[in-house]
Amino acid sequence: MAVIDSTDGPIWRRRTTGKQLAIWCGWLVGVAIVVYCFKLISDKTIWMFVLDSGIQAADMASRMVPPKWSYMDNLWRPVWDTINIATTGTMIALVLAVPVAFLAASNTTPHKSVRAVALFIIVSSRSINSLIWALMLVAIIGPGTLAGIIAIALRSIGFCAKLLYEAIEEIDVKQVEAVEATGATGAQKLAYGIAPQIMPTFAGISVFRWDINIRESTVLGLVGAGGIGLQLDASISTLAWTQVSLILLVILGTVIVSEWVSAKVRHAII
Amino acid sequence: MSEQTQYPSTWKKPPFIQNRLLRWCLWFGLAIYLALAFGTLDVNWQRVAEGIPRGTKFLSAFFPPDFFSRWDSIQDGILESIWMTVIATVAGIALSVPFGLGAARNLAPRPVYLFCRGVIAVSRTFPEIILAIFAVKLFGFGPFAGFIALSIATIGFYAKLLAEDIEAMDPGQGEAVRATGASWFQWVNYAIQPQVMPRMIGLAVYRLDINFRESAVVGIVGGGGIGATLLTAFDRYEFDSAAAILLIIIFIVMILEYASGYLRKWVQ
Repeated sequence: MAVIDSTDGPIWRRRTTGKQLAIWCGWLVGVAIVVYCFKLISDKTIWMFVLDSGIQAADMASRMVPPKWSYMDNLWRPVWDTINIATTGTMIALVLAVPVAFLAASNTTPHKSVRAVALFIIVSSRSINSLIWALMLVAIIGPGTLAGIIAIALRSIGFCAKLLYEAIEEIDVKQVEAVEATGATGAQKLAYGIAPQIMPTFAGISVFRWDINIRESTVLGLVGAGGIGLQLDASISTLAWTQVSLILLVILGTVIVSEWVSAKVRHAII
Repeated sequence: MSEQTQYPSTWKKPPFIQNRLLRWCLWFGLAIYLALAFGTLDVNWQRVAEGIPRGTKFLSAFFPPDFFSRWDSIQDGILESIWMTVIATVAGIALSVPFGLGAARNLAPRPVYLFCRGVIAVSRTFPEIILAIFAVKLFGFGPFAGFIALSIATIGFYAKLLAEDIEAMDPGQGEAVRATGASWFQWVNYAIQPQVMPRMIGLAVYRLDINFRESAVVGIVGGGGIGATLLTAFDRYEFDSAAAILLIIIFIVMILEYASGYLRKWVQ
């Protein structure tokens, strides 16, 4: 905060002149970077297509209505598969994430080197998108729902383990000490001292990740890993736009329902 | 006084869900669901069994990662991804600000609120990859389509969190600034922006991180960036190059994660 004296008396400013100049310089550098990046992208863009996009969008929209409602009969099974991929994938991920989280938390890890390995597992699982996992798994175990389930599981381990180990690191040490004072073994300390403290977080994480996984499993079919994405891919490649619009509506509905369920469950837990 | 209080000599951990009926119903429902889910799961076990030995061969093809023989296209893809990430994050956040302000219940009139919430809900529903498919259809192949898809996805994420942050702000400061006779823009600038800024800077870096990760997949449907290079590597069965690309992605995400953690601490 700064006050500048002028002939008409003091004028209030939010920042001093030097600070304001520094902020402007920061903005200048930021804007320069963005403009430079945009120039590089625009060099690789065919602007004719971009300018044309309004007409294209109108054309596509007109082809998409009305949705082909009769196609719904072919969609119930893929929707069920999609939900299964998300649910079972989340369950597998949670089972695998718990040990990883305990090994990654600085207060429960047996050794520093083990912690480094666990953290690497977490980061690599988080940085590789489930579609890329699915791409690899389809090559290994063939197209189908199983590849989707494993892809979702592998991708979710990192996310769940990261949130869980942060929760483990923030537990109240006194409770663990109290359990220890009764003569509890290591496993008993884990079960009675630590587990009850992280249980609500754990439940919250599982529902949160399930919600995200529903969203992600809708597109796994694009690379052949089952679910409604298969139908979406097939409809787009055959230019059956009325089916595409119906599938998009179904995805929208599924996601809204899953979001509603997860909000309800989280509300009930916390 | 002859009666002695009987203390229990054993102790049982209280269950997580207190109501016994509800607990049993949940377990029962879970069992039925799992039976149904695995019952309808059609897995070609023969194909899986065939795939396992092939899988080990597949994995061994990843090692050692080959950074050099395709270095030119890897470098090109990574840089394209980074540019795309930067402008998509900036454009997405710039667009999120009006939507975020509009979606805050304590700021916007009802119709504006509903409209902005609707836009946010739709852009949050569809995964980046679906947005990218349509962007590629409309704008042609290349990083521009990826940029549009990521920007739209950013709106759904950032505007929602911005709106929630504004709704949770301290109304006292807003009233104080209002009382000085500030205009609407001055009110937003001096009362709301300083309150939400620290958290929003942290979220912006977090979104940059997400956008970079997603930029690796928009390429699969033709949206440019490292994803296109990765898909090409897979299609040519050059798994050692693919491993190199994956390692580079992991490395960059790790750097971004450290940077965002550091920046968030510095801001707060």
